[in-house]
Amino acid sequence: MEWDWQFVWQIMPTLLEGFKITIIATLLGSVLAAIVGMVFAVLRRSPNPYVARPVGLVAEFIRGTPLLVQLYFLFYVLPSAGILLSPLVAGVIGLGLHYGTYTAEVYRGGIDNVPRGQWEAAKACNLNPVQTWVHVIMPQAIPPMIPALANYFIAMFKETPLLSAITVLELMNQARSIANTNYRYIEPMTMVGVFFLTVSIVSVFGLRWLERRYGRVER
Amino acid sequence: MTAAIIKIDKISKSFGVLKVLDDLSMQVRPGEKLALIGPSGSGKTTILRILMTLEQIDGGHIEIEGEQLYHMPKNRSGLVPADERHLAKMRQKIGMVFQLFNLFPHKSVIDNVTLAPRLTKHVSRPDAEKRAMELLDMVGMADKAKNMPAQLSGGQKQRVAIARALALSPKIMLFDEVTSALDPELVEEVLNVMRKLAAETDTTMLLVTHEMGFARDFADRVLFFDRGKIVEEGTPTEIFSNPKQERTQAFLKKIIAAGHRV
Repeated sequence: MEWDWQFVWQIMPTLLEGFKITIIATLLGSVLAAIVGMVFAVLRRSPNPYVARPVGLVAEFIRGTPLLVQLYFLFYVLPSAGILLSPLVAGVIGLGLHYGTYTAEVYRGGIDNVPRGQWEAAKACNLNPVQTWVHVIMPQAIPPMIPALANYFIAMFKETPLLSAITVLELMNQARSIANTNYRYIEPMTMVGVFFLTVSIVSVFGLRWLERRYGRVER
Repeated sequence: MTAAIIKIDKISKSFGVLKVLDDLSMQVRPGEKLALIGPSGSGKTTILRILMTLEQIDGGHIEIEGEQLYHMPKNRSGLVPADERHLAKMRQKIGMVFQLFNLFPHKSVIDNVTLAPRLTKHVSRPDAEKRAMELLDMVGMADKAKNMPAQLSGGQKQRVAIARALALSPKIMLFDEVTSALDPELVEEVLNVMRKLAAETDTTMLLVTHEMGFARDFADRVLFFDRGKIVEEGTPTEIFSNPKQERTQAFLKKIIAAGHRV
């Protein structure tokens, strides 16, 4: 089997099309995971056990089941309950929920690291709970956990090929359909690897920078 | 005699099996400067924390300016536990300065001072900053308004913390061992701010302190605490020069032996 550059250039537009979807799914999934994680983490700290317990159970349930199963559920099972999601929307929700349960743990650690005195000072300043979270706790909790969050987003990026199972036309899905129609696997699959590797390497440098920027907290 | 601004009636508080406050009653007059002294674990800090609603009480009642702190009147049937709205209203009357400053490290000095007025009283930013600059000027920190807390010394942080607590114009200020975490040479600048505050305002001040010299010049009245009870109270002269109770005498002796000025 020989490497054919001409074939590479020929399939490049289609691969880029898929790559775009991969990036979009990762970015939207990351945003959703960041929000879901924060919501889970805050609700699990609720003084009301009727809030904290169920949220904890849901998070454990999501974390304890495979992402692929969740994606199938969102895309193939929910329609029978009348909820129809487009492939990309189902994919983003799946990624966001699944990784949200992991980022929730990152938030938990970040929140726990904010000294007790900050909560007390907020109370002495008569801030209500929402103001305390928004203006005092989160601005101190989030910067140190940015590298850990970014780490999960990179991991999520590398799991996006799972979305091909629910017909999202992301990079892997495009490459596979090219391969299946042309009976050539080496170029499309190699290029998929190259795309992922390039982004991963760039991400690692980005991560290092984030760690230098946010790794240490001033108190 | 004017009505008490703080009326504590038979409160008790336990942490697990440890009884920190035992059926304690006391009153504070408006404008009074009250020093709470005693060995650690005697419950004096817990009183301040209870007044700031950082700890709940197990039993008893507290009145601030004639209003229940932890309870609300309910029709004719008596009192019910206070809800968050009532607590927020009552907290406006009280400010607190902490041993470890607890400044918001992600906010500049001036933003530390303006945060609470802007959020809780919806004061506009220019108005809040104008008032903050007056307060920072009073504590001698106006030139550091744009600095971050990490760039300040302990004494400077504590002076900013005092300005932050004053920003809500509380009637009562609580000082919880505010100089204990400071290097000795920085203690005086914080005490000077408190003297100035006492001279320029009629704020009621409660301080838990180990600075016996300061308590002696500063306080109108001194309460000596031991094991969750007030063992002895009186003017600074009565307590420091002529303590009647054996436990007070023993405590002061120990403090002097440890090198504190009295």
